[in-house]
Amino acid sequence: MENNGENLISIQDLKVHYQVRAKSLIDRISGNDERKVVKAVDGVSLEIKKGETLGLVGESGCGKSTLGKAILRLTEPTDGKVIYNNKDLANLSNSQMRDQRKHLQMIFQDPYASLNPRMTVGQIIGEPIKTFGLSSGTVEEKVQELMETVGLSRRFIKRYPHEFSGGQRQRIGIARALAVNPEFIVADEPISALDVSIQAQIMNLMERLQNEKNLTYLFISHDLRAVRHVSDRVAVMYLGKIVELADSKEIYKEPLHPYSKALISAVPVPDPEIEATRERIILKGDVPSPINPPRGCRFHTRCPYVEPKCKMEEPKLVEIKPRHFVACSRISPEQPYIENAK
Amino acid sequence: MNRLTYIGIFIAAVLILVAVFAPFIATHDPVVQNLLTRYAPQSAEHWFGTDALGRDVFSRLVYGARISLQVGIVVTVVSVIIGTIIGAIAGFYGGWVDKILSGYLFNVFMAFPGLLLAIALVAFLGAGLGKLMLALCIIGWVGYARVMRGQVLKVREFDFVQAARALGASNLRILFIHILPNAIQPLIVQASLGMAGAVLSEASLSFLGLGIPPPAPSWGTMLEESRGFDTLAAAPHVFFFPALAIALTVLAFNFIGDGLREYLDPKQRKR
Repeated sequence: MENNGENLISIQDLKVHYQVRAKSLIDRISGNDERKVVKAVDGVSLEIKKGETLGLVGESGCGKSTLGKAILRLTEPTDGKVIYNNKDLANLSNSQMRDQRKHLQMIFQDPYASLNPRMTVGQIIGEPIKTFGLSSGTVEEKVQELMETVGLSRRFIKRYPHEFSGGQRQRIGIARALAVNPEFIVADEPISALDVSIQAQIMNLMERLQNEKNLTYLFISHDLRAVRHVSDRVAVMYLGKIVELADSKEIYKEPLHPYSKALISAVPVPDPEIEATRERIILKGDVPSPINPPRGCRFHTRCPYVEPKCKMEEPKLVEIKPRHFVACSRISPEQPYIENAK
Repeated sequence: MNRLTYIGIFIAAVLILVAVFAPFIATHDPVVQNLLTRYAPQSAEHWFGTDALGRDVFSRLVYGARISLQVGIVVTVVSVIIGTIIGAIAGFYGGWVDKILSGYLFNVFMAFPGLLLAIALVAFLGAGLGKLMLALCIIGWVGYARVMRGQVLKVREFDFVQAARALGASNLRILFIHILPNAIQPLIVQASLGMAGAVLSEASLSFLGLGIPPPAPSWGTMLEESRGFDTLAAAPHVFFFPALAIALTVLAFNFIGDGLREYLDPKQRKR
């Protein structure tokens, strides 16, 4: 998993906003029908480097999956750019985008919902091969080859998804994504619906495939241990924004943003002695609604280090240490530790 | 497929054969009256007896199968096809397409009481088998379209539809290969019931003089003709046999619908 620093995908100020209408009929009749906007992803800029695994973590509803889908245009971005191969994916026409899809794939969270129950494994994996006319030999040969690559017996080609276990289904999903020989795969919580023992198998499979096929992953998860295991770099997301981005080792050893600190302190340690004395940062309150997110720094409603300035201005992602970016106005390269902030 | 499905297919096949070969199976001319033998009970001469005008019930039943089956099958198939296409388009494309189709078109058709609309249409178009079927299709499709729209709305949000999109499948392919097969189940059940409804609607319209002009026999007209109290009291067989024929047809298509639903669902298919 070496990293030559070349960008594969460059996301620039990407936004996904949804319009929601006032719910109650009375509101609508009384003319109080102001349209509200859910800012699921609100100005995310990220570089994904060739051959790396970028982990994307954050709690439920912070916009991780939406970001992943917006990169692949499975959700239409409201604003911003996604540069891949000198093309802005966010502004391609549908047919131009279809052409790019063979380079960009997705692995889904729920292996039970992501496979068409009325198609056999052979049809599911073979579909993209037929769509793009990729196979040199017969489609069936290529499908069987892919099935073996992901550790499924080629005998299963005529079976239906319901005849497989969760882990096997996830392997089918991976084989389908690989069928087009993609460069980049968004893995949207690929292991969170699986047993712990199966999780390890799938992660190892994904790592092996990455090495063999030189894949780049965006690995979305709320499982911090899994992300630590597979990622080269990690981005922490809070309410539609990236708050911290750093190398995986660095961010787990020394998180700088107060939200990342709390998040990472919640990871249990598999050592009872350390676990007993481990200090956990408990945040107050809930995540605010992405409709009308707080002004200024979005984390200020829960931040233990909040000061009046935080409520006014929105912090930018700044390189606090080499290759370690944080969006917090209370720290700076000269003074990187928020505990010491005056 | 289970045994009931085969029974359904068997009954339907027999009915269709009877309809096709009616002239060879019928023992009498279905429209010739013989007032001397009114309400005759079952005998070797008249297998199912005779009706109020002395016509042979068996022969009328055999010829009636032609009209009733034709109406039931044609009306249902055409309504299902139109309803599926329009409903699927409304559900799949959403937005203003859906607003026009389900918000306006569906509601306009739903606002009319079905039979009343059919009567108006037949009055406008004139009586006759083809026009009757057309009228029943015009009132019939919207029920299927509504169910289909709801189903498509549900299925299009499934992950495998997103996966297909991520894999570069075209809209048409997503709609016909991924969404429709997973959305069609309730429609099949509805269609097998709708078939019975079409046969009965034909009966109602024929009774009002808006369907098949007498003396041509259809099961509906036979039922309606037997509704008088004197007929029911004097010769219940005049009522019984067409009713039995309708019930058998409905049952057969229900069995077939059940089997089809099972066949289309790989989880229920026995290996």
